[in-house]
Amino acid sequence: MKIGVVTFPGSLDDHDAQRAVRVAGGEPVPLWHGDDSLRGVDAVVLPGGFSYGDYLRAGAIARFAPVMTALIPAAQGGLPVLGICNGFQILCESHLLPGAMIQNDHRTFICRDQRLRVENATTAWTSDFAKDDEITIVLKNQDGQYVADQHTLDEIEGEGRVAFRYVVERRVAARRLVDQSAADGSGALSGVRYDRFATRNPNGSYRDIAGVTNARGNVVGLMPHPEHAIEAGYGPSLDGLKFFTSVLKSVVNS
Amino acid sequence: MTSPAQPHIDTVGDASTTPDTAQPWSELGLKADEYERIREILGRRPTIAELAMYSVMWSEHCSYKSSKVHLAQFSENTTDEMNEKLLVGIGENAGVVDIGDGWAVTFKVESHNHPSYVEPYQGAATGVGGIVRDIMSMGARPIAVMDSLRFGAPDHPDTHRVLPGIVAGVGGYGNCLGLPNIGGEVIFDPCYQGNPLVNALSVGKMRIEDIHLAKASGVGNKVILFGAKTGGDGIGGVSVLASETFDADGPAKRPAVQVGDPFAEKVLIECCLDLYAAHVVDGIQDLGGAGLSCATSELASNGDGGMRVWLDRVPLRDNTLRVEEILMSESQERMMAVVEPARLEEFMAITARWNVEATVVGEVTEGKNLEVFWGDEQIIDVPPRSVAHDGPVYHRPMQRPAYLDALQASVPDDLVRPTDGAGLRAALLALMASPNLCDKSFITDQYDRYVMGNTALAMPDDSGVVRVDEETGRGVAISTDCNSRYAKLDPFAGAQLALAEAYRNVCTAGAVPLAVSDCLNFGSPEDPAVMWQFAEAVRGLSQGCRTLGIPVTGGNVSLYNQTADVAIHPTPLVAVLGVMDDVARRTPSGWSLPGQAIYLLGTTADEFGGSAWTQVAHDHLGGLPPKVDLDAERRLGQILVDAARLGLVAAAHDLSDGGLAVALAEASLRNGVGARIWLEQVCARDGVDDFTLLFSESAGRAIVAVPRSEQVRFAELCVSGGLAHSEIGVVEDGASTLEVQGQFVLPLAELRKAHTSTLPAIFGAR
Amino acid sequence: MGIVVVDVMLKSEILDPQGQAVAGALPRLGFNQFTDVRQGKRFELTVEGEVTAEVLAAARAAAETMLSNPVIEDVVGVRAESAPVEPPAVEYQV
Repeated sequence: MKIGVVTFPGSLDDHDAQRAVRVAGGEPVPLWHGDDSLRGVDAVVLPGGFSYGDYLRAGAIARFAPVMTALIPAAQGGLPVLGICNGFQILCESHLLPGAMIQNDHRTFICRDQRLRVENATTAWTSDFAKDDEITIVLKNQDGQYVADQHTLDEIEGEGRVAFRYVVERRVAARRLVDQSAADGSGALSGVRYDRFATRNPNGSYRDIAGVTNARGNVVGLMPHPEHAIEAGYGPSLDGLKFFTSVLKSVVNS
Repeated sequence: MTSPAQPHIDTVGDASTTPDTAQPWSELGLKADEYERIREILGRRPTIAELAMYSVMWSEHCSYKSSKVHLAQFSENTTDEMNEKLLVGIGENAGVVDIGDGWAVTFKVESHNHPSYVEPYQGAATGVGGIVRDIMSMGARPIAVMDSLRFGAPDHPDTHRVLPGIVAGVGGYGNCLGLPNIGGEVIFDPCYQGNPLVNALSVGKMRIEDIHLAKASGVGNKVILFGAKTGGDGIGGVSVLASETFDADGPAKRPAVQVGDPFAEKVLIECCLDLYAAHVVDGIQDLGGAGLSCATSELASNGDGGMRVWLDRVPLRDNTLRVEEILMSESQERMMAVVEPARLEEFMAITARWNVEATVVGEVTEGKNLEVFWGDEQIIDVPPRSVAHDGPVYHRPMQRPAYLDALQASVPDDLVRPTDGAGLRAALLALMASPNLCDKSFITDQYDRYVMGNTALAMPDDSGVVRVDEETGRGVAISTDCNSRYAKLDPFAGAQLALAEAYRNVCTAGAVPLAVSDCLNFGSPEDPAVMWQFAEAVRGLSQGCRTLGIPVTGGNVSLYNQTADVAIHPTPLVAVLGVMDDVARRTPSGWSLPGQAIYLLGTTADEFGGSAWTQVAHDHLGGLPPKVDLDAERRLGQILVDAARLGLVAAAHDLSDGGLAVALAEASLRNGVGARIWLEQVCARDGVDDFTLLFSESAGRAIVAVPRSEQVRFAELCVSGGLAHSEIGVVEDGASTLEVQGQFVLPLAELRKAHTSTLPAIFGAR
Repeated sequence: MGIVVVDVMLKSEILDPQGQAVAGALPRLGFNQFTDVRQGKRFELTVEGEVTAEVLAAARAAAETMLSNPVIEDVVGVRAESAPVEPPAVEYQV
């Protein structure tokens, strides 16, 4: 099962996404932004980073790269595509997904272990989850505030196209992190942190939306990083693996 | 070849025939005797371009003229045994260490202090950019950064001006490069009010055979400038900023601060790695302070031939720049490579793939000199060694500061101490809430710690740990430390204590210390008292390195950190790098499993000189810093490393600022798991009372959590290692408190609130 | 040589944190008259020759497809601007 990972100038988490694919049991295939070929892969990941330095707007220039001329029609035709962070921004700029990202409302970069709720477990990338599963993966960005007009938001919600929502609850599960680190002996990288975002989502995203999917369920974008929650001791959990195991199964089944 | 930008080109020929032309050597920062020496070296007056090159390369920042005589002690104190693991030592862009399995690691810490005061965001950003380029130029892939920041008083308006910008700059540049920030320091002290310190560290990895050096050799090899175009950034920045202090009338010259583009540097990283992998690069140098002047003269000086450069071929962003400005420009994100003609096409193909502009600007020649042309006209003809390596060497006068006797006599013994449990409890809360010891996640959450997926340990743990080899788990641990209050009381001891702390922090993670880099931040070398502090610190650090058996691989000196007569505390920052066979076995700093035994390693005496308690409770600085016993540190370190290897400890945390009480509090808060502590045995053994045991800052100590099943083996390890050890407590979960039996019970929730509220309250909660 | 200036602003319903930060800071400098600040982008597109209706149309198309993100931004202005007076391009005399 071949999963392409695109490298744009400025992509940062491309190698990490390749690792995640490999750990999940797939074969990662590096795709170059300048080639308009997808090299016969079964799915594509647009990774995190600062493609083109986030110049103009995050993802605004990457969206016109040659690889996207092959990707966009393929995605419209059903190819599974996962956009992580900058990848999500590129998918929105390409209009493969609705909405847009602007600067975090507190105007700084934030890196934290983030709790999410799986809202849609039927997409190509979330089928290994169950609806309402809560997972903890990494959030790290400057421009992560998801916005769209009321009409679009109502439409997304109505059609069940919110894929993930930020869990806005009182305390990051201190107990859970401790149990996890005790169980696997890994020692969660961040331990227990004072949760400054206990009563609000971490970037001001409308309706706490962390990720969305298209109508067909093959294109999913989210701001947090599943590829950094796949190896004990190097992330807050192993919750990220299911993104990649899901798509491997969906490719087999398709 | 003149133009509106270059109305008249001052050629070598002109210089020979017009010996008496008045030249602005003083305005460019040169002293009269230095100017004379240049005339002597050349046998004529220098051209304007040569004058510019010498002025910037002979500035304090580039030539280390005030510090050279003292820095020699580092090499002098490096034994053959210490050199064994060193692949590249002092003198190159960064030191390189053999970490086993064919892997090499390069690391260095550098300052960017003055620019960060002037323009906090860009100063800090370009500081990160600069140190990362140093690492890149050794042939390495950069894999992490760390930042050590020092500010004035937290509530001072100017701290509010510089802190957010500096933090945003460090994060903005490092995050965009895709480098995890794995640790550092944030320290507040009024002495840094007009002189904040930004010390940035980077570490990189490569296979041993891929080490690249900055030399230009091989007649006919091409010299290529690649990366960003050259503009007017930071012109005169080096010679102006690093050699002038700020006084009440403002800096003597208005500097142009460099502006960084991290995207350009990220692309440059990937491009360089592809160039190295293709083996098309013979020599490589990054352009940092003094830009082209430095890169060309250093490459030529390190090589075996001469070099000829055509300055008019340099791609310009701004074509109003004069030749001397082009030579001095500090535009960022530029590199210079030496390439065999046969590999040129391949080189250009790789840079083209990454859309990186690359221009052949020169070649290696048979002669000995560095020759620079503007078109057909020769503007520079100098022996490169005289520019890059044989600059002035000052023997500045040194004098023990007049205030020091009184300062050392002002011992903290009579300061009022808490006498009961409530007082001890309050003292601990005050310390944990104090700006220097409080939770720093307000700052460190602005840094990406996860990118590259190899970070095994990061702040607030004792050292940053990164995996180098994904198959074997081999990796490195790094810590940056300095207590400048100690160094003010005694610079020799202070430097050794900084080394000891960094050494200890690496060992608590379970890594074997291998090498040292240092960033020596001091006041004006023209002040004999400062010069004395500097000499003492270097003496202490170099001897300390020898005792611990780990060499200094390179570093940085930042002088003139003072405003009028007030110098910063001597701040000899020490970074220690250690290696681990498998970072999966690194020891975290906090415990998490109830029932484990807590041990205190090392002995405690009444030592409060320069301590956090005297600062927080009494705003006092006086006496002597804690005693240094590097042999004891070595024994402690060995036990921590062995215990980690044998799986005998579940957590390890070193004792430093705030002593035992703060270490216990930090280890409890780390995973939100409390502990019950008893002090009687150690108090009796060491002859100290509870207050002293809790807050004294005696060196050479750590706490560890030991699973019950391993206690016997652990105790045996300590006994055979000759290390004092005592079981002082147990990890407890149920009550979520930190209890010191007979004295106080402190709920972790209350401790956490005090610990985490400080910075958001001062700098704006989000 | 002609210049087309394109102005892009965030849609009014989108929260503008940068503009708000500026609005909060101005009074500290003594500017109390401004009740709101919104921050946008200005692009200067250079053409050889004059700015014709065709050039303006092309600029507007570029603005709508690339210079702005229609989900969150509006193109609020596309106009010709007279080129600044400047000396002739630098030429080297050998």
